[in-house]
Amino acid sequence: MTGEPPPAAGALVGTGVDSAVPVPNDQAQPGTDAGQAGPRADRTVGSPAHAAATSAVGRPESQPPSPSGTPGVPPAKRPVRRVRWVTGIVVAAVAIGLPFWVDGYWRSTFAFVVIAAIGALGLDVLTGWTGQISLGHAFFLAAGAYVGGYLGTHFSLTAAIWIPAGGVVAGVLGAVTGPAALRLRGLYLAIVTIGLVYIGYYVLQTWTAFSGGPGGEALPAVTFGSWNFANGVRFLGHTFTKNECYYFLALLILVLAMLYVRNVTRSNLGRCMVAVRDRELAAAVLGVNVARTKIRAFVISSVLAGVAGALYGSFLGFAVPSDWGLILSIQYVVMIVVGGMATLWGPVLGALFVVGVPALLQNVSTTLTFLQSGGAITPVNAANIVFGVFLVVFLLLEPRGVVGLTQRISRTVVHRLDAGGRRWGVRYR
Amino acid sequence: MTTFVQLLFAGVALGAIYALVALGFTVVYRSSRVINFAQGAFLALGAFMTSWLVLSENLPFWAAFVVGALATGTVGLLFQLCVVRFAIGRPEFTIVMLTLGLAAVIGALLPTLFGNNPRGNGDVWGSSAVRLGQYQFFWVQVWTIVAAIVVLLAYGAFTRYTRYGLAMRSAALDPEASMAVGIPLRRVYATAWFIAAAVACVGGVFLGGYPNSVNPTMSNIALIAFPAIILGGLDSPTGAIVGGFVIGVIQELVQGYQPQHAPWLGNDFYLIAPYLVMILVLLFRPYGLFGSRPAERL
Repeated sequence: MTGEPPPAAGALVGTGVDSAVPVPNDQAQPGTDAGQAGPRADRTVGSPAHAAATSAVGRPESQPPSPSGTPGVPPAKRPVRRVRWVTGIVVAAVAIGLPFWVDGYWRSTFAFVVIAAIGALGLDVLTGWTGQISLGHAFFLAAGAYVGGYLGTHFSLTAAIWIPAGGVVAGVLGAVTGPAALRLRGLYLAIVTIGLVYIGYYVLQTWTAFSGGPGGEALPAVTFGSWNFANGVRFLGHTFTKNECYYFLALLILVLAMLYVRNVTRSNLGRCMVAVRDRELAAAVLGVNVARTKIRAFVISSVLAGVAGALYGSFLGFAVPSDWGLILSIQYVVMIVVGGMATLWGPVLGALFVVGVPALLQNVSTTLTFLQSGGAITPVNAANIVFGVFLVVFLLLEPRGVVGLTQRISRTVVHRLDAGGRRWGVRYR
Repeated sequence: MTTFVQLLFAGVALGAIYALVALGFTVVYRSSRVINFAQGAFLALGAFMTSWLVLSENLPFWAAFVVGALATGTVGLLFQLCVVRFAIGRPEFTIVMLTLGLAAVIGALLPTLFGNNPRGNGDVWGSSAVRLGQYQFFWVQVWTIVAAIVVLLAYGAFTRYTRYGLAMRSAALDPEASMAVGIPLRRVYATAWFIAAAVACVGGVFLGGYPNSVNPTMSNIALIAFPAIILGGLDSPTGAIVGGFVIGVIQELVQGYQPQHAPWLGNDFYLIAPYLVMILVLLFRPYGLFGSRPAERL
């Protein structure tokens, strides 16, 4: 579970100049979407400037590019592949089996984790891959939640319509606000997107017919035909509780979203995004349409945020405008930074950290007597303090986030397997 | 006319606090190239410490004020020395996350140490006011403006006439060249964080004056001060001050007039008015009124 395609990334970095020749891609680079990317992408991306930028700023590989000079062909390392398969199967098994092993508190926590991961994945496209720092993610989450809720309540639509509709409306809002952000860079953009959060808050407070105003609004549960997630769903002889229903629906959407983001980031568009992030001016000179790339990133990001928001609002069941404040945006940014920016698994691991760690701390702290009510410190405050310290220490020690940590671990594992597993007394070859 | 003058005065007083907060942001930005999300937490921390020194330890207000500002500054200094220092050279957002971590810790420590209830800021003015004809000005607002002007002038003199001020300006312009000519960057950055936190404390104490109180949510003021720094330009102290006063006046005027003249805009319009002004300005000047556009080399 390195979250990375090391052969492909290695191939691109190692052979940046070679791959400018558009012909032998299909054979030379197994694993990339070479067919989709087409000649134009190769000309843009395979340029020396870009290759240099990618290797300087880009993602670390879990193995060095092949020194042999055969472009794109990774050295045959069977253990690598085997480790990847094993971790993949383990991750899938854990993801599916998780709700059956834990109690209701953790089931709802994990449902929140998966829902947050969808939104964080969207933010990662915008901030991680395209380099546009946004603190306005809560705005798009709120748009998805309230639009979805409005359609579900007032038109009695099925969730199969209103969840995507939440995403579409959020996407349209992203497409509208994107152009306004084109002139701004870096932290200026970050602060203007804070403005977006405040404007969204104001709209929700004022437009009571739509949002219920300051008093809040009940958001409908997900329904598919006769299945109502609020009452639990009976399927394959097992009655799924509300938490399990939301968990599995969100998991399904998350997997689809990850596949989509994986493909997008390996396509022409994805390479353009990375070029814009690494050196906007250079990208423009090389023929990348910077404005279009940024707006597309905005749209992808806000669509995913809208879908996550629709799920999140529905899972909460009731929302007030202050739920969608700057804190929520900041939490999403923490997710992608802690998880590891511009990686596929970073947002997921980051969501696990940001949602899971406070839940864990609160769960633990309720059992400690000095944290009980009347004690020196409330469990929530204790959890916040530990979380803050944890965040600081973690970022100082592992700047590349959880993904960096797992890469480091898996590299050690692979290294030892390459040594024939002798150090563990296991022989793999 | 009376209303207008009163609102204008209240706006200038609020703007003085924004200017102090914005100055803190700018000082840190010029040294570390990050937005310090813990600025609001520094502000609340300073207000709480001063309030505690006066109300619980019975120190005279002015002594408590000085001790509080120095203590808050020390917290900022320690944060730079123990944490930020090790993250220099990392992506800017890593450092931003570090300040968020500090904000979370301080935000949770304050209610733990001082309780959740609002408390007085311990100042000597209370709700007393000075009357000039038909106008009535709260003393605390008068002193807010005076204190802000004193602090801003002192900062201006510090950067212009002292060795460390010169070092700070030089480090902001070009850190590598400064290091090459022997400027102790680490000490300069530490000074910057100390100043930012101490200035935040001054803002916090005055923000907690009548009719407000000292409470944990006062750290949110830093978020409302963002338009002020953007309006002025992130790297310009002058811009921060001008932006602070402009935003404060606009916010008070909107809050005063909008409910009667444009009630259809709803109750909270004054909260987003600064942001709307900021977006308008940025559409025409993407680096603020006084900010510098970085030259880019291919």
